[in-house]
Amino acid sequence: MAIKSKKKLVENIIHGVFLVLGLVTVGCVLLITVYLIVSGIPAIREIGLIDFLFGKEWASTAAEPKYGILPFILTSIYGTAGAIVIGVPIGFFTAVYLAKQAPTKFKAVMESAISLLAGIPSVVYGFVGMMVLVPGIRKVFNVPDGASLLAAIIVLAVMILPSIIKVSMTALEAVPKEYEDASLALGATPVETYFRVSVPAAKSGIATAVVLGVGRAIGEAMAVMMVSGNAANMPSLFQSVRFLTTAVSSEMAYSSGLQQQALFSIALVLFLFIMLINATLNFFLKGQKEGT
Amino acid sequence: MQHNPLPARRKAYIGTMRMLMWISVAIAGALVLFLVGYVLVKGIPNITWELLSTKPSYLDGTIGILPNILNTVYIILATLVVVLPLGVGAAIYLTEYAGNQKIVGMIEYAAETLSGIPSIIYGLVGMLFFCQFMNMQTSLLAGSLTLVIMNLPTIMRTTQESLKTVPQSYREGAFGLGAGKWRVIRTVVLPGCVDGIVTGCILAIGRILGESAALLFTAGFAHALNGLFDGLTSAGATLTVALYVYAKEQGEFDVAFAIAAILMVLTVLVNLCAALVGKYFKRKNSV
Repeated sequence: MAIKSKKKLVENIIHGVFLVLGLVTVGCVLLITVYLIVSGIPAIREIGLIDFLFGKEWASTAAEPKYGILPFILTSIYGTAGAIVIGVPIGFFTAVYLAKQAPTKFKAVMESAISLLAGIPSVVYGFVGMMVLVPGIRKVFNVPDGASLLAAIIVLAVMILPSIIKVSMTALEAVPKEYEDASLALGATPVETYFRVSVPAAKSGIATAVVLGVGRAIGEAMAVMMVSGNAANMPSLFQSVRFLTTAVSSEMAYSSGLQQQALFSIALVLFLFIMLINATLNFFLKGQKEGT
Repeated sequence: MQHNPLPARRKAYIGTMRMLMWISVAIAGALVLFLVGYVLVKGIPNITWELLSTKPSYLDGTIGILPNILNTVYIILATLVVVLPLGVGAAIYLTEYAGNQKIVGMIEYAAETLSGIPSIIYGLVGMLFFCQFMNMQTSLLAGSLTLVIMNLPTIMRTTQESLKTVPQSYREGAFGLGAGKWRVIRTVVLPGCVDGIVTGCILAIGRILGESAALLFTAGFAHALNGLFDGLTSAGATLTVALYVYAKEQGEFDVAFAIAAILMVLTVLVNLCAALVGKYFKRKNSV
Protein backbone atom coordinates (compact mmCIF):
# COMPACT_ATOMS: atom_id res chain seq x y z
CA MET A 1 0.00 0.00 0.00
CA ALA A 2 2.81 2.35 0.89
CA ILE A 3 4.48 1.76 -2.44
CA LYS A 4 1.29 2.51 -4.28
CA SER A 5 0.66 5.80 -2.52
CA LYS A 6 4.27 6.80 -3.06
CA LYS A 7 3.93 6.07 -6.73
CA LYS A 8 0.78 8.11 -6.84
CA LEU A 9 2.54 10.99 -5.16
CA VAL A 10 5.31 10.93 -7.77
CA GLU A 11 2.75 10.86 -10.55
CA ASN A 12 0.99 13.84 -9.03
CA ILE A 13 4.20 15.79 -8.70
CA ILE A 14 5.06 15.10 -12.32
CA HIS A 15 1.58 16.14 -13.37
CA GLY A 16 2.13 19.37 -11.47
CA VAL A 17 5.49 19.97 -13.14
CA PHE A 18 3.97 19.61 -16.61
CA LEU A 19 1.09 21.87 -15.65
CA VAL A 20 3.60 24.54 -14.63
CA LEU A 21 5.50 24.10 -17.91
CA GLY A 22 2.24 24.52 -19.77
CA LEU A 23 1.38 27.65 -17.88
CA VAL A 24 4.75 29.29 -18.65
CA THR A 25 3.30 30.47 -21.96
CA VAL A 26 0.38 32.12 -20.22
CA GLY A 27 2.81 33.67 -17.74
CA CYS A 28 4.88 35.12 -20.58
CA VAL A 29 1.86 36.76 -22.17
CA LEU A 30 0.84 38.22 -18.83
CA LEU A 31 4.39 39.40 -18.20
CA ILE A 32 4.55 41.20 -21.53
CA THR A 33 1.12 42.75 -21.15
CA VAL A 34 1.67 43.91 -17.59
CA TYR A 35 5.13 45.32 -18.34
CA LEU A 36 3.91 47.24 -21.36
CA ILE A 37 0.93 48.69 -19.54
CA VAL A 38 2.79 49.57 -16.36
CA SER A 39 5.67 51.21 -18.20
CA GLY A 40 3.52 52.74 -20.92
CA ILE A 41 0.88 54.50 -18.82
CA PRO A 42 3.00 57.12 -16.92
CA ALA A 43 4.11 59.02 -20.01
CA ILE A 44 0.61 59.03 -21.47
CA ARG A 45 -0.65 60.43 -18.16
CA GLU A 46 1.94 63.14 -18.14
CA ILE A 47 1.55 64.12 -21.78
CA GLY A 48 -2.20 63.63 -21.96
CA LEU A 49 -3.85 60.93 -24.05
CA ILE A 50 -5.19 63.27 -26.72
CA ASP A 51 -1.94 65.22 -27.08
CA PHE A 52 -0.01 61.97 -27.23
CA LEU A 53 -2.14 60.14 -29.78
CA PHE A 54 -3.14 63.07 -31.95
CA GLY A 55 -0.23 65.47 -31.51
CA LYS A 56 1.29 66.11 -34.91
CA GLU A 57 4.76 66.92 -33.72
CA TRP A 58 7.43 64.71 -32.19
CA ALA A 59 10.44 66.57 -30.89
CA SER A 60 11.68 64.53 -27.95
CA THR A 61 15.10 66.14 -27.69
CA ALA A 62 14.01 69.77 -28.16
CA ALA A 63 14.32 72.27 -25.30
CA GLU A 64 10.55 72.19 -25.06
CA PRO A 65 9.90 68.56 -25.96
CA LYS A 66 6.80 67.58 -27.88
CA TYR A 67 5.46 64.06 -27.83
CA GLY A 68 2.81 63.68 -30.50
CA ILE A 69 2.80 60.28 -32.18
CA LEU A 70 0.18 60.83 -34.87
CA PRO A 71 2.90 60.85 -37.56
CA PHE A 72 4.09 57.40 -36.42
CA ILE A 73 0.59 55.96 -36.23
CA LEU A 74 -0.32 57.25 -39.68
CA THR A 75 2.98 56.11 -41.16
CA SER A 76 2.47 52.62 -39.76
CA ILE A 77 -1.06 52.51 -41.14
CA TYR A 78 -0.13 53.91 -44.57
CA GLY A 79 2.97 51.74 -44.80
CA THR A 80 1.04 48.60 -43.94
CA ALA A 81 -1.80 49.52 -46.30
CA GLY A 82 0.69 50.16 -49.10
CA ALA A 83 2.44 46.85 -48.51
CA ILE A 84 -0.92 45.07 -48.57
CA VAL A 85 -2.01 46.82 -51.77
CA ILE A 86 1.18 45.70 -53.54
CA GLY A 87 1.83 42.40 -51.81
CA VAL A 88 -1.63 40.84 -51.61
CA PRO A 89 -2.48 40.76 -55.35
CA ILE A 90 0.93 39.32 -56.24
CA GLY A 91 0.73 36.80 -53.43
CA PHE A 92 -2.87 35.90 -54.19
CA PHE A 93 -2.40 35.22 -57.90
CA THR A 94 0.83 33.33 -57.22
CA ALA A 95 -0.98 31.19 -54.65
CA VAL A 96 -3.83 30.38 -57.05
CA TYR A 97 -1.38 29.43 -59.78
CA LEU A 98 0.79 27.30 -57.52
CA ALA A 99 -2.11 25.61 -55.74
CA LYS A 100 -4.16 24.83 -58.82
CA GLN A 101 -2.33 25.07 -62.09
CA ALA A 102 1.41 24.69 -61.66
CA PRO A 103 3.16 21.49 -62.80
CA THR A 104 4.26 19.44 -59.78
CA LYS A 105 7.98 20.03 -60.25
CA PHE A 106 7.65 23.77 -60.76
CA LYS A 107 5.38 23.93 -57.73
CA ALA A 108 7.95 22.16 -55.56
CA VAL A 109 10.72 24.51 -56.69
CA MET A 110 8.61 27.60 -56.09
CA GLU A 111 7.49 26.33 -52.70
CA SER A 112 11.04 25.95 -51.47
CA ALA A 113 11.91 29.34 -52.97
CA ILE A 114 9.07 30.89 -51.00
CA SER A 115 10.17 29.16 -47.78
CA LEU A 116 13.58 30.64 -48.39
CA LEU A 117 12.02 34.08 -48.82
CA ALA A 118 10.30 33.59 -45.46
CA GLY A 119 13.57 32.62 -43.80
CA ILE A 120 15.74 35.50 -44.99
CA PRO A 121 16.56 37.69 -41.96
CA SER A 122 14.88 41.07 -41.93
CA VAL A 123 18.21 42.91 -41.72
CA VAL A 124 19.18 41.34 -45.04
CA TYR A 125 15.97 42.69 -46.57
CA GLY A 126 16.73 46.05 -45.05
CA PHE A 127 20.30 45.99 -46.29
CA VAL A 128 19.39 45.05 -49.86
CA GLY A 129 16.69 47.71 -49.77
CA MET A 130 19.24 50.22 -48.58
CA MET A 131 21.73 49.33 -51.32
CA VAL A 132 19.34 48.86 -54.25
CA LEU A 133 15.95 50.38 -53.57
CA VAL A 134 16.94 53.63 -51.89
CA PRO A 135 19.37 54.81 -54.60
CA GLY A 136 16.96 53.45 -57.23
CA ILE A 137 14.07 55.57 -55.93
CA ARG A 138 16.33 58.60 -55.76
CA LYS A 139 17.25 58.22 -59.42
CA VAL A 140 13.90 57.16 -60.85
CA PHE A 141 11.77 59.74 -59.09
CA ASN A 142 14.46 62.37 -58.93
CA VAL A 143 14.07 63.07 -55.21
CA PRO A 144 16.88 64.24 -52.91
CA ASP A 145 16.80 61.13 -50.74
CA GLY A 146 15.42 57.71 -51.61
CA ALA A 147 15.03 56.64 -47.98
CA SER A 148 11.29 57.11 -47.86
CA LEU A 149 7.87 55.66 -47.16
CA LEU A 150 7.83 54.21 -50.68
CA ALA A 151 11.04 52.24 -50.07
CA ALA A 152 9.59 50.89 -46.81
CA ILE A 153 6.34 49.92 -48.54
CA ILE A 154 8.17 47.95 -51.22
CA VAL A 155 10.38 46.15 -48.69
CA LEU A 156 7.36 45.30 -46.54
CA ALA A 157 5.41 44.08 -49.58
CA VAL A 158 8.22 41.63 -50.35
CA MET A 159 8.46 40.55 -46.72
CA ILE A 160 4.77 39.70 -46.39
CA LEU A 161 4.66 37.75 -49.66
CA PRO A 162 5.68 34.36 -48.21
CA SER A 163 3.04 34.31 -45.48
CA ILE A 164 0.33 35.43 -47.89
CA ILE A 165 1.29 32.83 -50.52
CA LYS A 166 1.67 29.96 -48.05
CA VAL A 167 -1.53 30.53 -46.08
CA SER A 168 -3.63 31.17 -49.19
CA MET A 169 -2.21 28.05 -50.83
CA THR A 170 -3.13 25.91 -47.84
CA ALA A 171 -6.67 27.29 -47.95
CA LEU A 172 -6.99 26.78 -51.70
CA GLU A 173 -5.68 23.22 -51.52
CA ALA A 174 -8.24 22.39 -48.85
CA VAL A 175 -11.16 23.20 -51.16
CA PRO A 176 -13.03 19.91 -51.75
CA LYS A 177 -12.36 18.56 -55.21
CA GLU A 178 -16.08 17.90 -55.73
CA TYR A 179 -16.77 21.65 -55.89
CA GLU A 180 -14.29 22.06 -58.71
CA ASP A 181 -15.44 18.93 -60.51
CA ALA A 182 -19.03 20.14 -60.39
CA SER A 183 -18.05 23.47 -61.85
CA LEU A 184 -15.98 21.85 -64.59
CA ALA A 185 -18.81 19.46 -65.42
CA LEU A 186 -21.16 22.41 -65.82
CA GLY A 187 -18.90 23.72 -68.56
CA ALA A 188 -16.72 26.25 -66.79
CA THR A 189 -13.10 26.31 -67.91
CA PRO A 190 -10.39 25.49 -65.33
CA VAL A 191 -9.38 29.13 -64.87
CA GLU A 192 -12.99 30.19 -64.32
CA THR A 193 -13.39 27.36 -61.83
CA TYR A 194 -10.35 28.46 -59.82
CA PHE A 195 -11.45 32.05 -59.51
CA ARG A 196 -15.22 31.64 -59.26
CA VAL A 197 -15.45 28.43 -57.22
CA SER A 198 -12.18 27.64 -55.45
CA VAL A 199 -11.33 31.19 -54.39
CA PRO A 200 -14.75 31.98 -52.89
CA ALA A 201 -14.67 28.61 -51.10
CA ALA A 202 -11.27 29.48 -49.63
CA LYS A 203 -12.09 33.07 -48.83
CA SER A 204 -11.77 32.92 -45.06
CA GLY A 205 -8.34 31.30 -45.43
CA ILE A 206 -7.27 34.02 -47.82
CA ALA A 207 -8.60 36.66 -45.44
CA THR A 208 -6.50 35.04 -42.71
CA ALA A 209 -3.47 35.35 -44.97
CA VAL A 210 -4.09 39.05 -45.46
CA VAL A 211 -4.51 39.67 -41.74
CA LEU A 212 -1.29 37.75 -41.06
CA GLY A 213 0.41 39.99 -43.61
CA VAL A 214 -0.92 43.08 -41.85
CA GLY A 215 0.45 41.80 -38.55
CA ARG A 216 3.85 41.09 -39.99
CA ALA A 217 4.05 44.45 -41.78
CA ILE A 218 3.00 46.55 -38.82
CA GLY A 219 5.45 44.79 -36.49
CA GLU A 220 8.52 44.88 -38.70
CA ALA A 221 11.25 47.09 -37.32
CA MET A 222 14.76 46.47 -38.60
CA ALA A 223 14.16 46.33 -42.34
CA VAL A 224 12.01 49.44 -42.18
CA MET A 225 14.54 51.24 -40.03
CA MET A 226 17.19 50.74 -42.70
CA VAL A 227 15.17 52.13 -45.62
CA SER A 228 12.70 54.68 -44.30
CA GLY A 229 15.04 57.48 -43.26
CA ASN A 230 13.69 57.80 -39.71
CA ALA A 231 12.66 61.45 -39.60
CA ALA A 232 9.47 62.12 -37.64
CA ASN A 233 7.53 63.56 -40.59
CA MET A 234 3.87 63.19 -41.38
CA PRO A 235 3.68 60.37 -43.92
CA SER A 236 4.25 61.24 -47.54
CA LEU A 237 5.41 58.84 -50.22
CA PHE A 238 8.78 60.38 -50.95
CA GLN A 239 9.64 61.70 -47.54
CA SER A 240 11.70 60.25 -44.78
CA VAL A 241 9.28 58.77 -42.24
CA ARG A 242 9.24 56.96 -38.94
CA PHE A 243 7.03 53.99 -38.05
CA LEU A 244 5.73 53.02 -34.60
CA THR A 245 8.32 50.25 -34.48
CA THR A 246 11.22 52.38 -35.61
CA ALA A 247 10.22 55.21 -33.27
CA VAL A 248 10.80 52.80 -30.40
CA SER A 249 14.06 51.40 -31.66
CA SER A 250 15.72 54.52 -32.98
CA GLU A 251 15.70 56.47 -29.72
CA MET A 252 15.84 53.69 -27.16
CA ALA A 253 19.62 53.52 -27.03
CA TYR A 254 20.13 57.03 -25.69
CA SER A 255 16.80 57.98 -24.13
CA SER A 256 15.98 58.55 -20.48
CA GLY A 257 13.25 60.00 -18.29
CA LEU A 258 10.02 61.10 -19.90
CA GLN A 259 11.45 60.51 -23.37
CA GLN A 260 12.08 56.85 -22.60
CA GLN A 261 8.70 56.49 -20.96
CA ALA A 262 7.11 57.95 -24.07
CA LEU A 263 8.86 55.23 -26.10
CA PHE A 264 7.27 52.61 -23.86
CA SER A 265 3.92 54.26 -24.49
CA ILE A 266 4.53 53.98 -28.25
CA ALA A 267 5.24 50.28 -27.75
CA LEU A 268 1.96 50.02 -25.84
CA VAL A 269 0.09 51.60 -28.76
CA LEU A 270 1.80 49.17 -31.14
CA PHE A 271 0.85 46.29 -28.84
CA LEU A 272 -2.79 47.38 -28.89
CA PHE A 273 -2.72 47.42 -32.69
CA ILE A 274 -1.30 43.89 -32.68
CA MET A 275 -3.94 42.67 -30.22
CA LEU A 276 -6.62 44.13 -32.47
CA ILE A 277 -5.13 42.29 -35.45
CA ASN A 278 -4.94 39.06 -33.43
CA ALA A 279 -8.60 39.39 -32.51
CA THR A 280 -9.46 39.82 -36.20
CA LEU A 281 -7.32 36.81 -37.02
CA ASN A 282 -9.12 34.68 -34.45
CA PHE A 283 -12.42 35.80 -35.89
CA PHE A 284 -11.42 34.58 -39.36
CA LEU A 285 -9.89 31.37 -38.03
CA LYS A 286 -13.13 30.59 -36.24
CA GLY A 287 -15.06 31.24 -39.44
CA GLN A 288 -12.74 28.85 -41.23
CA LYS A 289 -13.30 26.10 -38.70
CA GLU A 290 -17.04 26.46 -38.90
CA GLY A 291 -16.93 26.64 -42.68
CA THR A 292 -15.30 23.26 -43.13
CA MET B 1 -20.34 16.75 -80.70
CA GLN B 2 -20.35 20.34 -81.70
CA HIS B 3 -17.88 22.49 -79.86
CA ASN B 4 -19.07 26.02 -79.22
CA PRO B 5 -16.34 28.61 -79.00
CA LEU B 6 -16.41 30.57 -75.77
CA PRO B 7 -18.02 34.01 -75.88
CA ALA B 8 -15.56 36.90 -76.09
CA ARG B 9 -16.28 38.10 -72.56
CA ARG B 10 -15.41 34.80 -70.97
CA LYS B 11 -12.34 34.54 -73.14
CA ALA B 12 -11.19 37.96 -72.03
CA TYR B 13 -11.77 37.06 -68.36
CA ILE B 14 -9.80 33.86 -68.67
CA GLY B 15 -7.00 35.59 -70.54
CA THR B 16 -6.72 38.37 -67.97
CA MET B 17 -6.68 36.02 -65.02
CA ARG B 18 -4.13 33.79 -66.66
CA MET B 19 -1.93 36.77 -67.43
CA LEU B 20 -2.19 38.08 -63.86
CA MET B 21 -1.19 34.67 -62.51
CA TRP B 22 1.81 34.44 -64.78
CA ILE B 23 2.96 37.96 -64.02
CA SER B 24 2.64 37.37 -60.27
CA VAL B 25 4.52 34.09 -60.35
CA ALA B 26 7.20 35.68 -62.49
CA ILE B 27 7.56 38.56 -60.02
CA ALA B 28 7.75 36.23 -57.02
CA GLY B 29 10.28 33.95 -58.70
CA ALA B 30 12.40 36.83 -59.98
CA LEU B 31 12.43 38.37 -56.51
CA VAL B 32 13.87 35.26 -54.92
CA LEU B 33 16.45 34.83 -57.69
CA PHE B 34 17.45 38.48 -57.50
CA LEU B 35 17.72 38.59 -53.69
CA VAL B 36 19.78 35.43 -53.43
CA GLY B 37 21.90 36.21 -56.48
CA TYR B 38 22.57 39.82 -55.57
CA VAL B 39 23.58 39.07 -51.99
CA LEU B 40 25.79 36.14 -52.93
CA VAL B 41 27.48 37.88 -55.87
CA LYS B 42 28.20 41.00 -53.85
CA GLY B 43 29.03 39.21 -50.64
CA ILE B 44 31.04 36.10 -51.39
CA PRO B 45 34.11 37.93 -52.80
CA ASN B 46 34.30 39.82 -49.50
CA ILE B 47 34.37 36.72 -47.33
CA THR B 48 38.00 36.14 -46.45
CA TRP B 49 39.61 33.83 -43.94
CA GLU B 50 40.85 36.86 -42.06
CA LEU B 51 37.33 38.23 -41.74
CA LEU B 52 36.04 34.93 -40.41
CA SER B 53 38.83 34.23 -37.97
CA THR B 54 39.65 37.52 -36.26
CA LYS B 55 37.99 40.12 -34.10
CA PRO B 56 37.77 43.77 -35.08
CA SER B 57 40.89 45.74 -34.24
CA TYR B 58 40.96 49.50 -34.00
CA LEU B 59 44.76 49.44 -33.96
CA ASP B 60 45.09 47.74 -37.32
CA GLY B 61 41.82 49.11 -38.65
CA THR B 62 40.67 45.62 -39.61
CA ILE B 63 37.28 44.08 -39.14
CA GLY B 64 36.68 40.46 -38.20
CA ILE B 65 33.41 38.78 -37.46
CA LEU B 66 34.57 35.79 -35.42
CA PRO B 67 33.03 37.23 -32.23
CA ASN B 68 29.70 37.67 -33.99
CA ILE B 69 29.76 34.12 -35.32
CA LEU B 70 30.51 32.79 -31.82
CA ASN B 71 27.85 35.01 -30.24
CA THR B 72 25.29 33.65 -32.68
CA VAL B 73 26.26 30.09 -31.79
CA TYR B 74 26.13 30.86 -28.04
CA ILE B 75 22.72 32.46 -28.31
CA ILE B 76 21.35 29.56 -30.33
CA LEU B 77 22.69 27.04 -27.78
CA ALA B 78 21.52 28.94 -24.73
CA THR B 79 18.07 29.55 -26.19
CA LEU B 80 17.55 25.93 -27.21
CA VAL B 81 18.72 24.60 -23.82
CA VAL B 82 16.01 26.61 -22.09
CA VAL B 83 13.23 26.54 -24.64
CA LEU B 84 13.27 22.80 -25.36
CA PRO B 85 12.20 21.57 -21.92
CA LEU B 86 9.66 24.37 -21.64
CA GLY B 87 8.12 23.87 -25.06
CA VAL B 88 8.17 20.08 -25.05
CA GLY B 89 6.82 20.03 -21.49
CA ALA B 90 3.98 22.35 -22.40
CA ALA B 91 3.12 20.22 -25.43
CA ILE B 92 3.14 17.06 -23.31
CA TYR B 93 0.88 18.70 -20.78
CA LEU B 94 -1.56 19.73 -23.48
CA THR B 95 -1.79 16.36 -25.23
CA GLU B 96 -1.19 13.90 -22.39
CA TYR B 97 -2.38 15.46 -19.17
CA ALA B 98 -4.78 18.32 -19.66
CA GLY B 99 -8.34 17.42 -18.88
CA ASN B 100 -9.64 20.88 -18.29
CA GLN B 101 -10.59 22.41 -21.64
CA LYS B 102 -10.43 25.90 -20.18
CA ILE B 103 -6.75 25.55 -19.33
CA VAL B 104 -6.01 24.06 -22.76
CA GLY B 105 -7.81 26.93 -24.46
CA MET B 106 -5.96 29.45 -22.34
CA ILE B 107 -2.53 27.98 -23.10
CA GLU B 108 -3.25 27.70 -26.81
CA TYR B 109 -4.57 31.24 -26.93
CA ALA B 110 -1.46 32.45 -25.12
CA ALA B 111 0.79 30.64 -27.60
CA GLU B 112 -1.07 32.19 -30.51
CA THR B 113 -0.76 35.62 -28.97
CA LEU B 114 2.97 35.12 -28.42
CA SER B 115 3.54 34.19 -32.04
CA GLY B 116 1.82 37.38 -33.18
CA ILE B 117 3.82 39.80 -31.06
CA PRO B 118 6.47 41.68 -33.07
CA SER B 119 10.09 41.16 -32.10
CA ILE B 120 10.68 44.79 -31.21
CA ILE B 121 8.18 44.42 -28.36
CA TYR B 122 9.98 41.30 -27.17
CA GLY B 123 13.17 43.31 -27.22
CA LEU B 124 11.64 46.08 -25.16
CA VAL B 125 10.08 43.81 -22.54
CA GLY B 126 13.26 41.71 -22.48
CA MET B 127 15.25 44.83 -21.76
CA LEU B 128 12.88 45.90 -18.97
CA PHE B 129 12.50 42.49 -17.40
CA PHE B 130 15.74 40.56 -17.91
CA CYS B 131 18.28 43.37 -18.22
CA GLN B 132 16.87 45.78 -15.66
CA PHE B 133 14.51 43.96 -13.30
CA MET B 134 16.50 40.70 -13.13
CA ASN B 135 19.69 42.73 -13.23
CA MET B 136 21.38 40.76 -16.00
CA GLN B 137 22.54 43.91 -17.79
CA THR B 138 22.83 43.87 -21.55
CA SER B 139 24.08 40.33 -22.10
CA LEU B 140 23.78 37.34 -24.37
CA LEU B 141 21.92 35.55 -21.58
CA ALA B 142 19.26 38.26 -21.44
CA GLY B 143 19.04 38.06 -25.24
CA SER B 144 18.64 34.28 -25.20
CA LEU B 145 15.95 34.39 -22.54
CA THR B 146 14.05 36.92 -24.64
CA LEU B 147 14.34 34.59 -27.62
CA VAL B 148 13.13 31.70 -25.44
CA ILE B 149 9.77 33.44 -25.04
CA MET B 150 9.68 34.13 -28.77
CA ASN B 151 10.37 30.54 -29.78
CA LEU B 152 8.23 28.85 -27.16
CA PRO B 153 5.13 28.68 -29.39
CA THR B 154 7.13 27.18 -32.29
CA ILE B 155 8.58 24.31 -30.26
CA MET B 156 5.26 23.77 -28.55
CA ARG B 157 3.35 23.54 -31.81
CA THR B 158 5.71 21.20 -33.66
CA THR B 159 5.96 18.87 -30.65
CA GLN B 160 2.19 18.88 -30.23
CA GLU B 161 1.69 18.01 -33.89
CA SER B 162 3.97 15.00 -33.68
CA LEU B 163 2.54 13.88 -30.32
CA LYS B 164 -0.78 13.60 -32.08
CA THR B 165 0.75 11.10 -34.53
CA VAL B 166 1.79 8.70 -31.75
CA PRO B 167 -0.94 6.04 -31.98
CA GLN B 168 -3.25 5.88 -29.00
CA SER B 169 -2.86 2.08 -28.99
CA TYR B 170 0.84 2.42 -28.00
CA ARG B 171 -0.17 4.30 -24.89
CA GLU B 172 -2.96 1.89 -24.10
CA GLY B 173 -0.59 -1.05 -24.57
CA ALA B 174 1.89 0.42 -22.11
CA PHE B 175 -0.83 1.25 -19.60
CA GLY B 176 -2.17 -2.27 -19.96
CA LEU B 177 1.22 -3.66 -19.01
CA GLY B 178 0.94 -1.71 -15.78
CA ALA B 179 3.16 1.27 -16.55
CA GLY B 180 2.43 4.56 -14.81
CA LYS B 181 1.69 7.72 -16.75
CA TRP B 182 5.18 9.15 -16.34
CA ARG B 183 6.76 5.91 -17.51
CA VAL B 184 4.51 5.82 -20.55
CA ILE B 185 5.50 9.36 -21.43
CA ARG B 186 9.21 8.64 -20.98
CA THR B 187 9.36 5.36 -22.84
CA VAL B 188 6.56 5.52 -25.39
CA VAL B 189 5.41 9.08 -26.03
CA LEU B 190 8.69 11.01 -26.02
CA PRO B 191 10.56 8.73 -28.45
CA GLY B 192 7.57 9.01 -30.75
CA CYS B 193 7.74 12.78 -30.96
CA VAL B 194 11.45 13.17 -31.68
CA ASP B 195 10.64 14.30 -35.21
CA GLY B 196 8.52 17.17 -33.96
CA ILE B 197 11.22 18.25 -31.54
CA VAL B 198 13.90 18.15 -34.24
CA THR B 199 11.72 20.11 -36.67
CA GLY B 200 10.97 22.63 -33.94
CA CYS B 201 14.68 23.01 -33.22
CA ILE B 202 15.48 23.68 -36.86
CA LEU B 203 12.71 26.25 -37.14
CA ALA B 204 13.88 27.88 -33.92
CA ILE B 205 17.48 28.00 -35.14
CA GLY B 206 16.33 29.68 -38.32
CA ARG B 207 14.37 32.22 -36.37
CA ILE B 208 17.19 32.95 -33.90
CA LEU B 209 19.65 33.28 -36.77
CA GLY B 210 17.50 35.94 -38.38
CA GLU B 211 16.44 37.81 -35.28
CA SER B 212 17.75 41.28 -34.70
CA ALA B 213 15.19 43.70 -33.28
CA ALA B 214 14.72 41.65 -30.11
CA LEU B 215 18.46 41.43 -29.56
CA LEU B 216 19.42 45.04 -30.14
CA PHE B 217 18.54 46.17 -26.60
CA THR B 218 18.92 42.87 -24.78
CA ALA B 219 22.21 41.50 -26.12
CA GLY B 220 23.75 44.73 -27.30
CA PHE B 221 26.39 45.30 -29.96
CA ALA B 222 29.80 44.51 -28.49
CA HIS B 223 32.36 42.65 -30.60
CA ALA B 224 34.52 41.14 -27.88
CA LEU B 225 35.84 37.61 -28.26
CA ASN B 226 34.68 35.40 -25.39
CA GLY B 227 34.30 31.79 -24.35
CA LEU B 228 30.81 30.38 -23.87
CA PHE B 229 30.34 31.20 -20.19
CA ASP B 230 32.01 34.62 -20.23
CA GLY B 231 30.15 35.28 -23.44
CA LEU B 232 26.75 34.66 -21.91
CA THR B 233 27.21 37.24 -19.19
CA SER B 234 28.64 39.95 -21.42
CA ALA B 235 27.13 41.95 -24.23
CA GLY B 236 27.66 40.82 -27.80
CA ALA B 237 26.31 41.30 -31.30
CA THR B 238 25.05 38.36 -33.31
CA LEU B 239 25.61 38.24 -37.07
CA THR B 240 22.35 40.03 -37.83
CA VAL B 241 22.96 42.80 -35.33
CA ALA B 242 26.53 43.14 -36.64
CA LEU B 243 25.17 43.45 -40.17
CA TYR B 244 22.88 46.25 -39.02
CA VAL B 245 25.66 48.07 -37.19
CA TYR B 246 28.19 47.77 -40.01
CA ALA B 247 25.70 48.77 -42.70
CA LYS B 248 23.73 51.49 -40.99
CA GLU B 249 26.04 53.01 -38.45
CA GLN B 250 29.57 52.46 -39.74
CA GLY B 251 29.05 52.39 -43.50
CA GLU B 252 31.25 49.29 -43.89
CA PHE B 253 29.31 47.94 -46.85
CA ASP B 254 31.84 45.27 -47.87
CA VAL B 255 31.69 43.66 -44.46
CA ALA B 256 27.91 44.01 -44.42
CA PHE B 257 27.65 42.26 -47.79
CA ALA B 258 29.89 39.47 -46.54
CA ILE B 259 27.70 38.97 -43.46
CA ALA B 260 24.55 39.11 -45.58
CA ALA B 261 25.97 36.40 -47.84
CA ILE B 262 26.85 34.23 -44.84
CA LEU B 263 23.35 34.69 -43.43
CA MET B 264 21.87 33.85 -46.81
CA VAL B 265 23.88 30.63 -47.07
CA LEU B 266 22.91 29.69 -43.51
CA THR B 267 19.24 30.36 -44.26
CA VAL B 268 19.44 28.10 -47.32
CA LEU B 269 21.09 25.41 -45.18
CA VAL B 270 18.46 25.66 -42.44
CA ASN B 271 15.69 25.39 -45.03
CA LEU B 272 17.37 22.39 -46.63
CA CYS B 273 17.73 20.69 -43.25
CA ALA B 274 14.09 21.31 -42.45
CA ALA B 275 13.01 19.84 -45.78
CA LEU B 276 15.31 16.81 -45.47
CA VAL B 277 14.31 16.09 -41.89
CA GLY B 278 10.65 16.41 -42.85
CA LYS B 279 11.14 13.92 -45.69
CA TYR B 280 13.17 11.53 -43.52
CA PHE B 281 10.58 11.34 -40.76
CA LYS B 282 7.74 11.07 -43.21
CA ARG B 283 9.35 8.04 -44.77
CA LYS B 284 10.13 6.57 -41.38
CA ASN B 285 6.59 7.07 -40.12
CA SER B 286 5.00 5.57 -43.19
CA VAL B 287 7.04 2.36 -42.94
